[in-house]
Amino acid sequence: MGTSKVVCLAALMMIAGCANQPPYDYTNYREHPPRSILVLPPLNESTAIEGTYGYLSTVSMPLAEMGYYVFPVAVVDQFLKENGMPTAGEMHEISLAKVAEITGADAVLFVTLQQYGSKYQVISTTVTVRAKAKLVDTRTGVLLWEGEATAKNGSQGSGNILADLIAAAVVQAINSKTDPAHGVSRQANSALFSTRDRGLLYGPYSPKYGKTN
Amino acid sequence: MEAWQDRQMKQRFALLACVAVLVGCAAPKTMYTWGSYEDLIYASYAAPGSVPPERQIESMERDYQAARATNRRVPPGWHAHLGYLYYQAGKRDQAMQELRTEKAEFPESAVFVDRLLANIN
Repeated sequence: MGTSKVVCLAALMMIAGCANQPPYDYTNYREHPPRSILVLPPLNESTAIEGTYGYLSTVSMPLAEMGYYVFPVAVVDQFLKENGMPTAGEMHEISLAKVAEITGADAVLFVTLQQYGSKYQVISTTVTVRAKAKLVDTRTGVLLWEGEATAKNGSQGSGNILADLIAAAVVQAINSKTDPAHGVSRQANSALFSTRDRGLLYGPYSPKYGKTN
Repeated sequence: MEAWQDRQMKQRFALLACVAVLVGCAAPKTMYTWGSYEDLIYASYAAPGSVPPERQIESMERDYQAARATNRRVPPGWHAHLGYLYYQAGKRDQAMQELRTEKAEFPESAVFVDRLLANIN
């Protein structure tokens, strides 16, 4: 009995191991390593309109901490709005040549929010953020990387510890009361960008630049 | 009896100290001091007008002092964002100053910053 259990467990573990996705093919990424990334406000396929900015305000930190220059997301958003692109949908239509001309960015990160927000169920409430992203080389149009990730509430607010400590109380109140998915976005980003062999490579400002993630 | 209590107390302190050390070790280390940067972005979209530019500037300048005091950098985009807030508050000179700092700290921003500077002028 005891042995068969162990064997079963071992088999299950092997199956789980086999189910792992193969590592991402970083050939294009390594051929065109970006220094700077322009993040556009995400396309929002979810029903929560607050998703666009709930997500956008969590994306600078993970990318910058991985070693990239990240253009100021709100300033870019404002600039594009003032230049005839009032929505994220229109911003995602922008030509790469135009991005290069306006900002000089090496790469553009296009994010699509597939799910964002709370689902109220009988026993509990699940907060889910599901996002996919692609990183495109601005000069050649080559796809450098793409990925997809889902995060559910679990431990909320983690990953936001530093910000929580220093941020004004008024801001915190807005965060946690009105939009719990905002915190979950950080977990989604961590899964999206930092998963070993599937996430982004380290950028030039990282001490780990040139090493695999 | 008293000695026993004393020993228990000491053990508790020792345990507390151990926990404190562990928590200290586990503290996340980031390359940059983020302060309220992303939270302010969030607030300005989630509840527009709830935190006026002047108060956001105050908060960011406080973060900047804290970063300098600990000899750490503020993240990419940070100075440009602060410049944008100064511009919103009608303080053109400070806006330009912050934009120039962004460019000096992160040359990757040059094309965009020059464009913003040209717009302000």
